Amino acid sequence: MSGWLSDFMNVPAKYIHFNSWLQISVSNLLVILIMLAIFAAAILIPFPGAHSKSPSDRGDK
Amino acid sequence: MITETQTPEDSKMWTARLRNSWQRNLPIDKLLPDTQPAYVASWIYVFGVLTLVAFVDILISGLILAFAGPAWYHTSSLGLFVNSLHFWGVQLFFVFMVVHLWGKFWMAAWRGRRTATWITGMVAFLASIGTAFTGYLIQTNFDAQWIAFEAKDGFNAVGVGAFFTPTNIGQIMLIHVALLPLVLGVITVMHVLMVRKRGVVPPIDALPGNEAL
Repeated sequence: MSGWLSDFMNVPAKYIHFNSWLQISVSNLLVILIMLAIFAAAILIPFPGAHSKSPSDRGDK
Repeated sequence: MITETQTPEDSKMWTARLRNSWQRNLPIDKLLPDTQPAYVASWIYVFGVLTLVAFVDILISGLILAFAGPAWYHTSSLGLFVNSLHFWGVQLFFVFMVVHLWGKFWMAAWRGRRTATWITGMVAFLASIGTAFTGYLIQTNFDAQWIAFEAKDGFNAVGVGAFFTPTNIGQIMLIHVALLPLVLGVITVMHVLMVRKRGVVPPIDALPGNEAL
């Protein structure tokens, strides 16, 4: 493996320390943040073909 | 055995009882529906089936890896590619499953007599963690060796070292390739059948009569 991915991955893990009781690797924190972003996107982005309002809300009863 | 005066529904044979019970609880239109309630048209409902797709990728790539062996998947280009398909399939499997879990947790998906569906999902999650762990142990590289020796101390510390030996590659290979995928597969089938039986859980504020797409 070579290139920027190799430079990024083939090194010892970097850790973030919160106070003295919690530490987490940058890569694990990134995965958690990505999952949270996907979760938020799944809630917020409209599904194709979904009806956003019922007929009564649009006034065409 | 059915006599001339009995209908197939009257038969006391276990096959007839099982068939009648299946038809009562999970008729074919529930098992293979072609419509879903309107509230299912949301991206958050997609992550269960995405988890299944990743699971199929893991099963197929894992089967190829098991047949060809480490001498192939550590050295050849195609072997490394299939190995990567397996590894990244697992990463996506867990990401999809965690988002699925969050979505179902926040919509309280155990409502409406769906407790068993929720519990089988939880058990599948735990079985997946065990499967992933044993997968890391049979990479046949220094990483696997390091994890196995750390895990050995952990297992000994909690008193189960006599039963689980992470350094025993034969035991771990059996658990990873046969036992846990079988357990996970059976639980997943049960989970999906329960979803089919009860239907997809509605949002907490879903209005009655909003079932049609």
